[in-house]
Amino acid sequence: MSVIDGFRTRAEGLRLLQDRRLPVLVTAGLFVLMFGFGAFRYQSYGFLDAQVFMNLFIDNGYLLVAAVGATFVILTGGIDLSVGSVIGFTTMLTAWLVEKQGLPLLLVAPIALGVGAFGGYLMGYVIHHFEIEPFIVTLAGLFFFRGLCLVISKESISITDPTVDRLAQTHVPLPGGSFLSIAAVISLAVLALAFYVLHYTRFGRRVYAIGGNEQSALLMGLPVAGTKIAVYTVSGFCSALSGLLFTLYIQSGDPLHAVGLELDAIAAVVVGGTLLTGGSGYVIGTLFGVLVLGLIKTLIQFEGTLSSWWTKIATGVLLFAFILIQRTMTGRRRT
Amino acid sequence: MSLTSLWRAATQHRLFWPVAALVALLVINVPFTPGFFEIHLKNGHLYGSLVSIVLFGSPLILVAIGMTLVIATGGIDLSVGAVVAISGALACLVVSKQADQDSVAGVLLAFALALAVALVCGAWNGLLVARLGIQPIIATLILMVAGRGIAQLITSGQIITVNSDAYSLIGGGYWLALPFSLFVVALVVVLSMALTRRTALGLLVEAVGGNAEASRLVGIRSRRIKIMAYMFCGLCAGIAGLMISSNVSAADGNNAGLWIELDAILAVVIGGTSLTGGRFHLGGTIIGALIIQTLTTTIYTIGVPTQTNLVFKAVVVIVVCLMQSSVFRAKVFGARAKRRGPAQKSPGAAADAAPQMEVSS
Repeated sequence: MSVIDGFRTRAEGLRLLQDRRLPVLVTAGLFVLMFGFGAFRYQSYGFLDAQVFMNLFIDNGYLLVAAVGATFVILTGGIDLSVGSVIGFTTMLTAWLVEKQGLPLLLVAPIALGVGAFGGYLMGYVIHHFEIEPFIVTLAGLFFFRGLCLVISKESISITDPTVDRLAQTHVPLPGGSFLSIAAVISLAVLALAFYVLHYTRFGRRVYAIGGNEQSALLMGLPVAGTKIAVYTVSGFCSALSGLLFTLYIQSGDPLHAVGLELDAIAAVVVGGTLLTGGSGYVIGTLFGVLVLGLIKTLIQFEGTLSSWWTKIATGVLLFAFILIQRTMTGRRRT
Repeated sequence: MSLTSLWRAATQHRLFWPVAALVALLVINVPFTPGFFEIHLKNGHLYGSLVSIVLFGSPLILVAIGMTLVIATGGIDLSVGAVVAISGALACLVVSKQADQDSVAGVLLAFALALAVALVCGAWNGLLVARLGIQPIIATLILMVAGRGIAQLITSGQIITVNSDAYSLIGGGYWLALPFSLFVVALVVVLSMALTRRTALGLLVEAVGGNAEASRLVGIRSRRIKIMAYMFCGLCAGIAGLMISSNVSAADGNNAGLWIELDAILAVVIGGTSLTGGRFHLGGTIIGALIIQTLTTTIYTIGVPTQTNLVFKAVVVIVVCLMQSSVFRAKVFGARAKRRGPAQKSPGAAADAAPQMEVSS
């Protein structure tokens, strides 16, 4: 522990390490560095085109929404492994209702959101009232929703509905000639809403309080039960919304859509500086986490010669680095 | 001893309900597959549904045994699926590079390399958990994400096929009329049981899982025990990876061992090992793994659409966990005078009577 020599630098180092904003700043710095690297290396390939930056949001909007939901859960010290399955199920349900049953998207979207939120509610209920580990309950949720996908159909259903098509193709123009997709705009709106809820409402403060110390929160008289269940409901809702955005992005339902996406979401949250033990972190960090993960994919695309599995390895390495940073932070604070 | 007291003693044995569930599952098959219990001798090999359940279940049994010890130390290992993929990929790569794929020495070299890498993966997890103090779910998540990438890196994203009789022995071959994998599983089971129950090692593992800090103060090297548990789990996953790749004579970095970690955790839980650590039952785990494999087979044979397999498993997981939750038991069974209150998680839960009573904690 005595790597830093000199008392004064050590004290300063301690203060810096204890700042809760540090991980977010590190992630933001990393993003800027990586972006600068890309800009430098792929200058002649148009990396600095504003649209490349906007594509980060277009290609990762669904991940952002899922990761925002996961942030709520992780802030309370829980975990939700059912994210990817709920997304896959939502794409399936939407595609099936729209294509095979001929329902209008306007009706299907609320149904899908409701199902996702209800699934989250049930999981939260079991986790809180029967004191079963969130890990195992949401694992069952993972199986359950993935299984439901297959029950609907084993084959993928492509969506040809004109409304979906129009929504997916709509460009929201931005100054400078670039554009965003509707899904990207919705995901940014969700981020803004989550930021407001977490930092400016009572519910948000309760989420942090429970993550900090559930026992104390209970003794303070906070409604722990309601908040914990609500958090999983939020996550289920976000997953379903993410599934809708994914449907727009990919325009089909497939029982194998978004397999393992929960890991990406958790990785984004961790890289964004939220403590897995709960109680500390910012949803804005999650945005940077998602952007960093997205940027890795973009860089690998621009490099051209690197294969897709490097994405996974790079994600793993990043995850490790950020968990180490977290570990040093919490370790210092406790002792 | 009277019959009733014998019955009571039997039902109170912690393996009773898992075994009962297994037997019930096996019996369900009989009306659908006449001759389900028959075993034929064909070309010097034993054939039959029971043999294939054991054959296809052996990788799961291995992974679940390793997982049991990790869970007993209060941890969990999510990376076993990735380790399965890595070890299979590496072994297939080494074998496929050799001039003579059938040479026993070459295959043994491939096995040794693959198992060494699996041990390293386990040691990595153990170091993260025991030395750096990272939560086990998260520490092993790293390798779960990166490991698949590494496996694909080894196979260059292709499916490597091998054409080696020596290699296909471990996962699909027969020896003394029995599947060879059965002998491997038996060896691992006997070794792990002897090491944990005939020496103090099992007690130490349970002590660490019960309270790592207290056991350290008593003088147990809790970190070392934890690292050993993760290494053993990695080794088991490595052997399972060899079996899976050898059974199909190919390595697929993407799909080999996909979701085996979930099945393994499920097997451990069904077998009566609590996820909180501090207690473990290897016998229960083996039966749990067999239950899962039989469940899969049953779903195929009785004509339930195979796609409901996952839904079914989810229902089983949640019912077993609810039964293990003391709060749930108190709320539902403790107050029968009241209405049967708290809602059950899934609509199908009530219908699924057989594995409901794994109350062995």
